[in-house]
Amino acid sequence: MNGVALRAGWRRGVVELRQSFTNGADLWGHFFWPLLMVGVTFYLRDKDFGGFRLGALVLPSVLGMNASMAMVSMSQQLTADREDGTLLRAKATPHGVPAYLLGKIISVSGGLVAELAIFLVPAAVLVPGLAIGAGSWPTLVWVLGLGLAAALPLGAVLGSVFTSSRSQGLLTLPILGLIGISGIFYPVTALPEWVQGLAQVFPVYWTGLGTRSALLPDGAVVVEIGESWRHLETAGVLAAWAVVGLLVAPVVLRRMARRESGSSVAERRERAMRRVG
Amino acid sequence: MLGPNGAGKSTTIEVLEGFRGRSAGRVSVLGVDPALAGSAWRGRVGVVLQSWRDHGKWRVRELLAYLASCYASPWDVDSLVAAVGLEAQAGQKIRTLSGGQRRRLDVAIGVVGRPELLFLDEPTVGFDPEARREFHELVRGLEGTTVLLTTHDLHEAEALADRIVVLDRGRVIADGTAAELARVIVGEDEVRWTVGGERHVEATADSTRFAFDLFRRFGDEVSELEVRRASLEDTYLALVRQAEEVA
Repeated sequence: MNGVALRAGWRRGVVELRQSFTNGADLWGHFFWPLLMVGVTFYLRDKDFGGFRLGALVLPSVLGMNASMAMVSMSQQLTADREDGTLLRAKATPHGVPAYLLGKIISVSGGLVAELAIFLVPAAVLVPGLAIGAGSWPTLVWVLGLGLAAALPLGAVLGSVFTSSRSQGLLTLPILGLIGISGIFYPVTALPEWVQGLAQVFPVYWTGLGTRSALLPDGAVVVEIGESWRHLETAGVLAAWAVVGLLVAPVVLRRMARRESGSSVAERRERAMRRVG
Repeated sequence: MLGPNGAGKSTTIEVLEGFRGRSAGRVSVLGVDPALAGSAWRGRVGVVLQSWRDHGKWRVRELLAYLASCYASPWDVDSLVAAVGLEAQAGQKIRTLSGGQRRRLDVAIGVVGRPELLFLDEPTVGFDPEARREFHELVRGLEGTTVLLTTHDLHEAEALADRIVVLDRGRVIADGTAAELARVIVGEDEVRWTVGGERHVEATADSTRFAFDLFRRFGDEVSELEVRRASLEDTYLALVRQAEEVA
């Protein structure tokens, strides 16, 4: 990626980010889920789990889950942009495709950071039982950063595979299932062992574990697998996903971009029109 | 590039744009194979896409400024906005533009990088006559850019093109200026006249000369002279019918 693409991509990302905070529908998206999650953690604040408050356990987990869910927004936006011709427009412009992707990474991560703050600030005030100290922030930054690095390329791959917004809907169920087994809303050690094993393959569990290690008192480690925060394993698994994603994503994206043409966009437009009409 | 629906115009232009691989043969656009071309080549060609709803949240000026930043020597964005008559809409969100305004924006996007070559694929499909005329004015006003336009509308080709290539089922069947095409593919004029109460009809390539000879031979005995010039339109329509029958 050269200087022109970097500057244009940055510009694009900033514009898209600003747009998402200045129109109703996107603002709703930025605020609805984080505030709903504030409500959920608040509701769970006094529920007991083995001597710990469930609300306090869930709060950091939700934070970690959100970082992984950047995968879903990346994937959805990529599919939508392909469907409406945004990507073809990028392809018709010199440096357009790398600038488009950089812009997308900037706008998705920027939106995510905002959503994390919208959730964390009120939730941390309302939900008792957290232990936020000076050491929390560096851990939070590396876990969320690495979680994002694992999630975004994966989202790009999924976005290339699903060719229509409607087929994106197929993703919802497995994603919800993944969240269900990843120890986000209930400690993973309460689940059968084979489920624990499965959960540990995917990044959602590890980002949740990492954020719990950052925000919970040290004693909370006893509800984790092996009674350890396993920072090394967390970094290892997330980095592995990131590396695999970064190797696969450019190949898949190039293949997808190569197939875009005026007639392929027109075809999708007709299909989508029929659906509406 | 003129031809009936299904003649292969869009396929051809997409190959030339570098958006579609060719199945065989050689392609050279500005001296480069579009399938292998990089950003430098991409910066020299412009593509006017039939847009739908992409970049709906962007504002007109904002999108043009962003795209301009991808090119080495782009148009000044404000003068470009003025050139396509979108000054009043410069700060408007793209999804709020009317169809005609959106089309003018598409042209502005196509030329923002001052391309040497501009591709327009069926640009006026679905236009009312007023919008079509405005669009033709806009295309004629593009100076210093070669325009390759596809259309199935003969009048549009005649109105805009210095050179017309007629495509039928993927093959070039005629190539030249509108006047040359009329001569080459159109065939013969029809001359009707009456001499001594008898009607005559004859087909001829040079009807002016024919009429002159007629008067020389028969003088003022010639009456009811009618010359029906073969029109490009007749030939083209016949061609379209032929293609549709095959399809």
